[in-house]
Amino acid sequence: MSTETRGARRAQPEPAAPDPAHGRKGRAARSDRARAEARLGWYLAGPAFVVMLAVTLYPILQAVYDSLFNYKLTAPDDRSFVGLGNYLVILSDPVWWRDFAVTFFIMVVSVVVELVLGFALALVMHRAIKRLRGLLRTAILVPYGIITVVSAFAWFYAFDITSGYVNSWFDWVPGVGPDLNWFAHQGTSLFVIIASEVWKTTPFISLLLLAGLAQVPGDLEEAAKVDGATAWQRFSRVIVPNMKAAIMVAVLFRALDAFRIFDNVFIMTNGANNTEVLSLLAYRTSIGQLQIGMGSAISVLLFLCVIGICFVAIKLFKVDLAGARGER
Amino acid sequence: MASITLKDIVKKYGDGFPAVNGVSIDIADGEFVILVGPSGCGKSTLLRMIVGLEDITSGDLMIDGQRVNEKAPRDRDLAMVFQNYALYPHLTVGENIAFPLRLTRGKFSDAEIREKVEYAADLLELREHLDRKPANLSGGQRQRVAMGRAIVRDAKAFLFDEPLSNLDAKLRGQMRTEIARLQRRLATTTVYVTHDQTEAMTLGDRVAVLRKGELQQLASPRALYEQPVNLFVAGFIGSPPMNFLPGQVSGSSMELPFGTFELPERIVSAVGERELVIVGLRPEHFEDARLVDPTKKDRGRTFDAQIDVTEWLGAELYAYVPFEMHASVAEKLEELDRELDGEGLRTQFVVALNSASRVRDGDTTELWFDPDKMMIFDPETGENLTHDQDEVDRLDRENEEDRRASLERAQAQADAQSQKASA
Amino acid sequence: MMGSVLSTRARVWWAVITVVVLVGALFPVVSILMTSFKGPSDINSGTFLPPQWSTDNYEQILSSGGSAQELFLSALRNSVGISLIATAIAVVLATLAAYAIARLDFPGKRLILTTALGVSIFPVVSIVTPLFNLWRNIGLYDTWLGLIIPYLSLTLPISIWTLAAFFRQIPWELEQAAQVDGATPWQAFRKVIVPLAAPGVFTTALIAFFIAWNDFIYGISLTSTSAARPVPAALAFFTGASYFEEPTGAISAAAVVVTIPVVILVVLFQRQIVSGLTQGAVKG
Repeated sequence: MSTETRGARRAQPEPAAPDPAHGRKGRAARSDRARAEARLGWYLAGPAFVVMLAVTLYPILQAVYDSLFNYKLTAPDDRSFVGLGNYLVILSDPVWWRDFAVTFFIMVVSVVVELVLGFALALVMHRAIKRLRGLLRTAILVPYGIITVVSAFAWFYAFDITSGYVNSWFDWVPGVGPDLNWFAHQGTSLFVIIASEVWKTTPFISLLLLAGLAQVPGDLEEAAKVDGATAWQRFSRVIVPNMKAAIMVAVLFRALDAFRIFDNVFIMTNGANNTEVLSLLAYRTSIGQLQIGMGSAISVLLFLCVIGICFVAIKLFKVDLAGARGER
Repeated sequence: MASITLKDIVKKYGDGFPAVNGVSIDIADGEFVILVGPSGCGKSTLLRMIVGLEDITSGDLMIDGQRVNEKAPRDRDLAMVFQNYALYPHLTVGENIAFPLRLTRGKFSDAEIREKVEYAADLLELREHLDRKPANLSGGQRQRVAMGRAIVRDAKAFLFDEPLSNLDAKLRGQMRTEIARLQRRLATTTVYVTHDQTEAMTLGDRVAVLRKGELQQLASPRALYEQPVNLFVAGFIGSPPMNFLPGQVSGSSMELPFGTFELPERIVSAVGERELVIVGLRPEHFEDARLVDPTKKDRGRTFDAQIDVTEWLGAELYAYVPFEMHASVAEKLEELDRELDGEGLRTQFVVALNSASRVRDGDTTELWFDPDKMMIFDPETGENLTHDQDEVDRLDRENEEDRRASLERAQAQADAQSQKASA
Repeated sequence: MMGSVLSTRARVWWAVITVVVLVGALFPVVSILMTSFKGPSDINSGTFLPPQWSTDNYEQILSSGGSAQELFLSALRNSVGISLIATAIAVVLATLAAYAIARLDFPGKRLILTTALGVSIFPVVSIVTPLFNLWRNIGLYDTWLGLIIPYLSLTLPISIWTLAAFFRQIPWELEQAAQVDGATPWQAFRKVIVPLAAPGVFTTALIAFFIAWNDFIYGISLTSTSAARPVPAALAFFTGASYFEEPTGAISAAAVVVTIPVVILVVLFQRQIVSGLTQGAVKG
């Protein structure tokens, strides 16, 4: 028989196996049963849905509204409508752009470093014998579980010029000595901030990558071995392409998370020496200086940045969030 | 123990599609009935309606003469073995088996439960696994645990939903005999769903063949094999499957793809006025002409065939012969092939020859067949024109007698054993 | 490494790798632990180990009469209470929602999951400003409730995702099997579904609790006194015993105290936490 006939045959609706009952449910014209199911679904999921909207959608709408006013809590009666004025002020202020650059820098560097370290860790855990794997997993979960502020203090005290020991331990490294004040310069401050961030969040990325690794069928690697691939070729040409979805999702989530960095910077430098990040700027403006209008505008801009990153990731890098997260 | 009666059972889903349409089956006490058909024929739906997991749209379901349509599963007192065994992963093997007993709360003492579980475990050779979790068991062991859970209940009937489809071929064979032995021993009414015709033929006292939600034929395995009512049943039962060939009739002779032959009287009368029919011939109705017993050689006809591929299996030899399909029946046969989950690769017929035959790939050889064994099917309706109801009744009667006899033997044996044990 | 017998070389390698990972993962923790045992005069010793082991810092935050005791213990109380309540609410709501998502077919299912995803990537700072203003107006500023509500934006989305992934893996046909075995619907739920779902719910609660426990921005923005200020925020506002003394020791000791329970939970439940973290995240 020709292949055409076979092709045509395949296009025919397959009888739902093993039983048409389950496949059919969704397609059916909405019966009473389906309607009852939908109602129950919303009864159960509705409260969570409403709460989620209430705690995010409402505040962000309020922020959008507030951002259109010149509104300071120090002078609440002077509230006046300024339209997009606040945004113009912010976007023409070099502070915004400096903070944006710092935030972006931290995001890119920490995600790249975490990806490399996370992959190394994931491979180690993937290959490790069972007993060792449990130990390693427990160890790397410790940074994950620790409060970010605590991690920030730990790193801060280790590097601090008065209480730290790093300067005396590493005085053999050129440039490091008893007089080096890590938190007095932008570069060195960012180094410690990023180190703390990387230490705290690499476990998360490596666990995601480990789960991705586990999904690459073992025989693919064996097949590549038989085909004559070196260890690096097996990794770069077989393993990585097959877990691309997992990598992309891990990177996107971490990038969004790193872009919102706040705790580490607040504890270590509080934005001094050009280390301020956008979240800190928003906090300083609205909570610190009580400029609600201006602070709201920064919040909205920050929110738009996050959406922008998502948009770029999904459109440009084709990250399939829903697919990778198990929903079809 | 109980009888189960299905009367005009219909299952319709929201879109009005009947998954099961007017099925009536009488299942006698202690009988082993198979529901068989290709995927999507409604057999699992039917089983789930019996056990109460699907609502019945219309018709009556009776257990021991009592209508149970509206009863909840737990009130029907049936035990079911699921396709993926449905073992409770958080319970040990022993607790899995004991689960139905624990639910009755207070009806059984712990000692009684332990006794029943151990009895079932011994029956299924699970004794040493009682404390393990299902996750640590092999496929065959899980299967037996699922059966154990059904056995301890002393339920009115066992229902099996494709219980062997997740096992490999060897284990499937073993478990098949295991199930048969168990059913004879316990004499529990059993309904068994499968898509595998071998299971259907080997296990069933009677087999119900379903197609698109409709019952095609309900009969003993032998009657199904020898007297199928239509193309569908004929094509479904038997392995390798029956060959279907286009036959052009003129007077008392018929032109088949491999030659023109005179027809016996029985066949001529079955064909009637038709000019084109579908001829059904089972593979074993052919033979290598050189190896045919001379006493029966005269009864048949011989023809030359170009052999494409041969498969030597030790006990017999399958040879595949390509042929040109007549355009007017091609569509009907393709549709049939589709319904039987076939891939519809090429038109060829298969013959099962004596394994001593030296026919090999590419040979041209002389084959023999007996035209009296031909089945004739109407090319429009697919109805078997050579179907003989008297013969069916005779076969079913024989089958029923044999069943009772073997059931009694098994019971007597079990009684003897338990007497020996108590003595 | 599939083979059970490792060559000596492989053993050495694995030992080295294990040590590197352990040191990398635990060093900062040990570092702050050491700092916490340095007495006031040794804080600036510039050494890793305390020259003299001292429990002064712990006395400062824990013993009655310690200079930071009132501050720390109230923060601890606030953190535990607020995080537990926020976790409990999130898990209850998420369990209902995840059950619906995993079991039922209804329009809007994807909308809920997408919303949860959107909320989870929301920058916390963007919400803080309007809440700060609103809470001051309606009297929720510096109260437990004023933190519990925004914490739901952190805990609820991840709970929904994680639980939905867990629930999808529950073999729900067991519920039917139990009913055929003679269980009432309630028995089937309690004896079969609850034991299967409980680990997932527990793990989700653990992860949600970690997240609430970790919060800093809400903590410093929406509180002003020890009435509701949680530990991370309190740490940032610790002051030394005197104006000229850095609060390094007290902060370290407090940090260690709040870290110990986390480490214990991680050690006890590492397997569950890992499955919970990756469940929803990577699939197919």
